[in-house]
Amino acid sequence: MSNQTDKATLASMHADHGTTVGQPFCDNAKLSTRNVDVYYADNQAIHDVSLDIGRNEVIALIGPSGCGKSTYLRCLNRMNDTIDICKVTGQLLLDGQNIYAKNQDPVLLRARVGMVFQKPNPFPKSIYDNVAYGPRIHGLTSNKAELDDLVEESLIKAGLFKEVKDRLEAPGTGLSGGQQQRLCIARTIAVQPEVILMDEPASALDPIATAIIEELISELRKNYTIVIVTHSMQQAARVSQRTAYFHLGKLIEVGETNQIFTNPKHELTEKYITGRFG
Amino acid sequence: MTISAILFLLVLLAAFSFFMGRQKVHAVYLKQRQNSDLDVRLRVKFTLPKYFGYVAALWSLVPALLVLMVIEIVDEPIITKQLTNYMVQSNINIEENFDLYLNEIQNLDVNHIEGIDPAKVKVFEKFSDLNSIASTAKSVVVLALAILMTVFGLKKITVDLPARQYFEKAIEIILLLAASIAVLTTVGIVLSVLFESIRFFGEIPVVDFMFGTQWSPQTAIRPDQVGSSATFGAVPLFIGTMLISFVALVVAVPLGLMSAIFLSEYASSKFRSFAKPVLEILAGIPTVVYGFFAALTVAPFIRQLGESVGLSVASESALAAGLVMGIMIIPFVSSLADDVISAVPQSMREGSLGLGATKSETIIKVLIPAALPGIVGGVLLAASRAIGETMIVVMAAGLAANLTVNPLNAVTTVTVQIVTLLTGDQEFDSAKTLAAFALGLMLFLTTLVLNVIALYVVRKYREQYD
Amino acid sequence: MINHNSITQKVERSLKKRYLKEKLFKAMGFASVSVAFLFLLILVSDITIKALPAFVQTQITLEIELNTEKLGINQNSTTVEIKQADFRASIRDALRKQFPDVKKRTQKKDLYSLVSIGAEYQLRDLVLENRAYLGTTKKLSFIADDDVDALVKGVIDRKVEESARRIKNFKLGLIEDLEKNGQIEKTFNWSFFSNGDSREPEIAGIKGAVMGSLYTLLVTLLMTFPVAVAAAIYLEEFAPKNRMVDFIEININNLAAVPSIVFGLLGLAVFINFFELPRSAPIVGGIVLSLMTLPTIIIASRSAIKAVPPSLREAALGLGASKMQTVFHHVFPAALPGILTGTIIGMAQALGETAPLLMIGMVAFIVDIPQSVADPATVLPIQVYLWADSPERGFLEKTSAAILVLICFLIAMNAIAIYLRKKFEKKW
Repeated sequence: MSNQTDKATLASMHADHGTTVGQPFCDNAKLSTRNVDVYYADNQAIHDVSLDIGRNEVIALIGPSGCGKSTYLRCLNRMNDTIDICKVTGQLLLDGQNIYAKNQDPVLLRARVGMVFQKPNPFPKSIYDNVAYGPRIHGLTSNKAELDDLVEESLIKAGLFKEVKDRLEAPGTGLSGGQQQRLCIARTIAVQPEVILMDEPASALDPIATAIIEELISELRKNYTIVIVTHSMQQAARVSQRTAYFHLGKLIEVGETNQIFTNPKHELTEKYITGRFG
Repeated sequence: MTISAILFLLVLLAAFSFFMGRQKVHAVYLKQRQNSDLDVRLRVKFTLPKYFGYVAALWSLVPALLVLMVIEIVDEPIITKQLTNYMVQSNINIEENFDLYLNEIQNLDVNHIEGIDPAKVKVFEKFSDLNSIASTAKSVVVLALAILMTVFGLKKITVDLPARQYFEKAIEIILLLAASIAVLTTVGIVLSVLFESIRFFGEIPVVDFMFGTQWSPQTAIRPDQVGSSATFGAVPLFIGTMLISFVALVVAVPLGLMSAIFLSEYASSKFRSFAKPVLEILAGIPTVVYGFFAALTVAPFIRQLGESVGLSVASESALAAGLVMGIMIIPFVSSLADDVISAVPQSMREGSLGLGATKSETIIKVLIPAALPGIVGGVLLAASRAIGETMIVVMAAGLAANLTVNPLNAVTTVTVQIVTLLTGDQEFDSAKTLAAFALGLMLFLTTLVLNVIALYVVRKYREQYD
Repeated sequence: MINHNSITQKVERSLKKRYLKEKLFKAMGFASVSVAFLFLLILVSDITIKALPAFVQTQITLEIELNTEKLGINQNSTTVEIKQADFRASIRDALRKQFPDVKKRTQKKDLYSLVSIGAEYQLRDLVLENRAYLGTTKKLSFIADDDVDALVKGVIDRKVEESARRIKNFKLGLIEDLEKNGQIEKTFNWSFFSNGDSREPEIAGIKGAVMGSLYTLLVTLLMTFPVAVAAAIYLEEFAPKNRMVDFIEININNLAAVPSIVFGLLGLAVFINFFELPRSAPIVGGIVLSLMTLPTIIIASRSAIKAVPPSLREAALGLGASKMQTVFHHVFPAALPGILTGTIIGMAQALGETAPLLMIGMVAFIVDIPQSVADPATVLPIQVYLWADSPERGFLEKTSAAILVLICFLIAMNAIAIYLRKKFEKKW
């Protein structure tokens, strides 16, 4: 397919669906994205997404699998840089600064925009070293006592400290799945990022561990801006203030979580919410 | 009858059995098929006639072959025994070594027996008699058995025989035997080095060999010369081997590891697709070529280099051999490291990058520690390779058994000594040749331990991320 | 409330140093790869440069009088009679005729040593082919001695002082006279590819070693391939999970890492001393090498069989094929390209192997070209080793040339393997 026809089809699709329904933009945006397209080699994975993410809000990205929500999330801290064939165009701003600017350093960006992954991925090190990893590489603390405090604080914030305080030197890989995921959250907040991206953080966990993580997200909201990708609508409803619905790489509808789940405006959103596909 | 003639007849017989066996069920098979013509699905339950043929052929072939093999193994000792008895009975005494005598007898030519000791001729005639009797007996026994088994097998063939299952079981056993050859090889290695080593240690005490610091296997021709008795203290060889292997690993491990990291984590796919085959070429170059290069180009170069800074370097320095050996092992280390590093899950990389670590921080602080057991296993395998490497050291390291750890001096290694001791014209039983097997035993045990540990560590490591 | 600004500043401050480290690390990686490349480049160019003179041969044209009386033979003589004739004298006569002034013993020795010792055999073979030459006078070319060869090729520098030069002034004068007469010419060295080994570098060739390698590899291939395939099929498809199979697997993996020289000891103790098979024969070499390459090929075949998707097996089994039928009708053909690739790579490894063959006596000096797997023979890598050990200067270029030939064979084999892999590569 040539580029021109590609654009033509795209245009016609837009004509079909119109632009995003709802309120994709907000004042006082922490992250602001406009007309984002993402390509994997010749395949376009994200089509023209524009969305703002407000300060200290939890925004949930939902949609059927393969809709591009994870891809979009990974654009926000340039994790897609690790994939050679991935190309991102459009404007993505963090506090008004272009994330993809040439002089924007991905290392600094990722220190500011942390990420928690779908599968818990603790390093094969001790619990302590897992949490201390970020502060150490970034040189955030100046002595051992400070680092100890930071590790403890992060573990407390992640709700893990009580369970592991006697075995900080035990390997992080020895914890249960839910504990591992909280360890990964502790590891992320030890760098004290401004935004935390969560890619289906509870999908590999049992219901009890999931509940603990969800509680934790509500707690973290006080200090951080959180973008969470989830395939569980209940989870989105429980933890987020705003919800964005993605479909086939396009952002269909954005709105207050309550409104999205009770009164979706777009036909596709409604179909998804009512479980006619997913 | 010669072996090949017997084998040929056996094959003919097997072919005959095949056709007979197949023929025997063929008529019934066709009839059954006709009867079930109404329902094609029913045909499935009948075994194809060819399988009956196969089973019949196996009956005529396998027992005969087994017996033939046994006879082949036992006939020579029996003939020797008979010959000895005959010589004792007819009072023929020999002064020389019996094995040598036997060898002479075997090589005697019927047409040139004039002028040879008549006793010898007598023994030779007896030997020929025994041989022809043995040969005839062998042919008769084997062929009779084969015919008997063919008849028996064909009798057993009926339509109800689960022929396909039998045949497949037989094939499976053959496959298993093929797989067991590896075990047989190991047993062969162990036995061959162990037996000769035990004989060696009968002459030279183990302690002298393991802890002696003097290695001079050459026995002087006249007994009153200096060094008339050979000494077999292997410590200089062990130290020399370790020294050269150490130099090789110091070169190969960092370079190989860094190459693997660069190629898998940094290089563009274009560069990688060019670089990997080049490294493979480096791995494919025969060691004799490396040896030639080390001896003729690298060693003189290092010697000159050393002289230019005022160091005296031996022309067969351990450094030159170790250096070239190290380069040779780079691709080996690099491909092992590549394997273990790419086995670290992608999520580990993302976890680190997602926290804002740079690539090198991720590699040094997460990937390498995570891959460490695998890397250690790889280094052990590389060490085992370096220790067992022969041609480079034979050509570029010397024969001088110096006890030194200075890489600028000449040292000798276990493998060099094995080659030197065994490539001259030696009688097989001297302590000198036996010493080579004792060294071989040491070499085999050392590399065995290294390999087993390394393979175990690497396997455990892989299971962790599977 | 966390002070994000201060953290950002802290991270920013650390960045410069961290990126420096990053660059350094990457540079180290690149340097490592470069060292390997550089070494390969030096090795190949060094050997190629040393080898090139070996492909050129210096020949001296002489006017030979094939006097039937002096030789004691005529056109009707039998082959045996011709073979016994003294052709050396004819060559020496021709040399003396050209340089009538040479009288002293030592000078005569210099004169006679202009042509190779092999020249008389060259002449003999020529006469055997063309008996009409007998009784005539012919201009014929002969292989020059290795020293003359070296001088003509410029390996021996004429300008060096006499005392430090291998060829002294007198002999140099003779050679320069010949050059002036246009009696010295350089031709492509065909005999390098058609001769067997020799003590004289100028007539030594690699045909014997090439044929030895060929026979040895043939034995290796015939012994290894069926056994390796059978073992791989058993281990991948039929082996139950029990201790014995585990033990077999450990054995195979370990054997793949046993030093090759140990296989040589096995060959010496078992095949030469116990079974009393002939020393120096390709058959024994082939058996030893097949035991050595067996694990490599089993491992490669196993991974090729493993790569065949289960769906193929299920499809066959689902039709009611037995396990054996499934494996031999479907899995094995699908895995064959991979198995062949592994086999070729194993054969290439066997072709380059030296140490185990030293142990079983293939290191002997053998002039005749082997005609069967039981004839005494040597192989290419051992020829390299033998020549590398020879003191004559002329063997240096021969060694390098033999290495080039060996490497050409290896590259060809690997190229075939890569081609096979590419051609039959299936994306399951």
